[in-house]
Amino acid sequence: MKKLSKIFAILFSFLFVFASLPFVSFADETEAAPLTGVTINVYNWGEYISNGTDGSLDVNAEFTRRTGIQVNYTTFDSNESLYSKLAGGGADYDVIIPSDYMISKLINEGMLHEIDYNNIPNFKYIGEEFKNPDYDPECKHSVPYTWGMVGLFYNKDHIKEVPTSWEILWNEQYSGKILMFDNPRDAFAIAFCRLGFHLNSTDSNEWEEAAMLLKEQKPLVQAYVMDQIFDKMESGEAWLAPYYSGDAGTLVEENEHIGFIFPEEGTNNFVDAMCIPITSSHKAEAEAYINFMCDPEIAGANMDFVGYSTPISDAKAYLSEDVINNEIFYPSEELLSNSEVFTSLPSDISTLVDSLWAEVKMGGPGDSLTLILIIAVFLAIYISIIIYKKIKRKRELM
Amino acid sequence: MKIASKIYSALIFIFLYAPILVLVVFSFNDTETGSRTIWSGFTLKWYKMLFEDRLLLEALTNTLIIAVITAVISTALGTMAAIGINAMNKRTKKVMLTVTNLPMVNPEIVTGVSLMLLFVFFVQVFGGKSLGMVSLIAAHITFCLPYVILNVLPKLRQMNPNLYEAAQDLGCTPFKAFYKVVLPEILPGITTGFIMSLTLSIDDFVISYFTSGTTQTLPIYIYSMTRKRVSPEINALSTLLFAVILVLLIIVNVRNSKDKKEGKAN
Repeated sequence: MKKLSKIFAILFSFLFVFASLPFVSFADETEAAPLTGVTINVYNWGEYISNGTDGSLDVNAEFTRRTGIQVNYTTFDSNESLYSKLAGGGADYDVIIPSDYMISKLINEGMLHEIDYNNIPNFKYIGEEFKNPDYDPECKHSVPYTWGMVGLFYNKDHIKEVPTSWEILWNEQYSGKILMFDNPRDAFAIAFCRLGFHLNSTDSNEWEEAAMLLKEQKPLVQAYVMDQIFDKMESGEAWLAPYYSGDAGTLVEENEHIGFIFPEEGTNNFVDAMCIPITSSHKAEAEAYINFMCDPEIAGANMDFVGYSTPISDAKAYLSEDVINNEIFYPSEELLSNSEVFTSLPSDISTLVDSLWAEVKMGGPGDSLTLILIIAVFLAIYISIIIYKKIKRKRELM
Repeated sequence: MKIASKIYSALIFIFLYAPILVLVVFSFNDTETGSRTIWSGFTLKWYKMLFEDRLLLEALTNTLIIAVITAVISTALGTMAAIGINAMNKRTKKVMLTVTNLPMVNPEIVTGVSLMLLFVFFVQVFGGKSLGMVSLIAAHITFCLPYVILNVLPKLRQMNPNLYEAAQDLGCTPFKAFYKVVLPEILPGITTGFIMSLTLSIDDFVISYFTSGTTQTLPIYIYSMTRKRVSPEINALSTLLFAVILVLLIIVNVRNSKDKKEGKAN
């Protein structure tokens, strides 16, 4: 018994040391607003907010200090997992930050509150070009958080000529050195840009054609990845990879051998925006949070840490000159006009996209026949084992 | 032959521990971006950042609280269940064991989804707060219970049933007899069950993902980092967790062997 209690003692002390840490580091803050007792649940992308490490601003703590509203901040890894969590009904979020096409899907399904913009005076700081987006046509449900464009990372040591086109991703010379997005919307967008179609096409033939192009590319692709591109590009294991411009900051500036371009065929321009789900029970507090995030000073400090571009022009005053004048983060009008924002696809098309994407990645239609065969083989093995055992037992009895 | 077997076991150990070694080494890697492949000098900055990252520490705190509560409750319930099952006749015992083992062999994703549906249904019918810490703990207890039962049951089977009766003959009340005779006998099983539930609970992703509501545990937090690179802070954290568990295991084992030596001396 003594042994067990020792283990408990060690475990609990470990627990409490960790539990007390976050509070210790904020003990020196002064003039904080009294706590209102309300906690809002915020759901954002992973590593997508300034969190106080390395001397940066802890955005959520600052919000609590100013308003007395506490924040339960949690993170997701993809728009699709955010959707499944919301649709499952298991969670009451007050502020969510999905991307463009997911927002229009959520609006179409009536899953978002209409935001009362009177409660968000800082909305005036949002750049005009973001105020009437395609994904939220009347601009009733969302306030932009970040934006960026998809571009191409390339290895300068091995690719001497600066690439200008997505075509290089189909170049057999670089077979085995090419990386691709591991999600259907982004991967198809590249094929669409090459074919010159609209990214939000509702023509199933165009999707089939794009899928053919991706299948054609598959033998050249080293891997379908998301965050592994950082390591693979840095180490030179891969030479070409499409990814988000917001990540160019770390990758290009700290590695001399890596370059970043926006291909001439155009590209996808994405916006992540803040919304309030219909299930939220603290709408006013959620609006206060959104308003706080649009404060130019906060947005500036936040984007300085996150590395993506801010839709708030006044926030640029708090960012370094290098970043603002960098075409990668704040591209010219000309580049912008050559890009397109995703919107939601009709349900029959999005089902088609899912099955086409599965085909591309598996190298053929995943037919049910194979599945049945596999199950049959397993069953056969199982049955033969049982029969073998029975025979053995009978022999032993004899 | 001897050399071959040595090489073989060395290989096994390399397979088991190389990943952890790499993880530990790269938690001290000094790069701006936190490369996981190129070594560029020693630093402790990831450990410093780890203790500054409030979100990560919150997730860790949640995970540890849930793990400890889960382990305590499921160990208590599981031990009681094992004692009950042990006293049953052969047929009911078999049925009960199959029923309790089902959650263990059931695919995690099925358990996760069905628990989520149950909890959502429960909240809608009876009201109350939506999913969170409580539903997480309930879910974790569900999948930890069978492991505790499986660990305690063999110890009960090994025990001489006459001991318990003898203690009662010598004047113990049933509870005292259990406390003085049965419990010390099955304690190793209970300890293993406890530690297993603890690690299973810390480790779980799939079931937690569906039943967590707006609470965030460490595995979910780490998984959500996949859009950007996983920061070496995670290496630092994993190193610390590994070290703590290693120290715990060493303490338990040292005490065990001491007990054995003392037992022999007596």
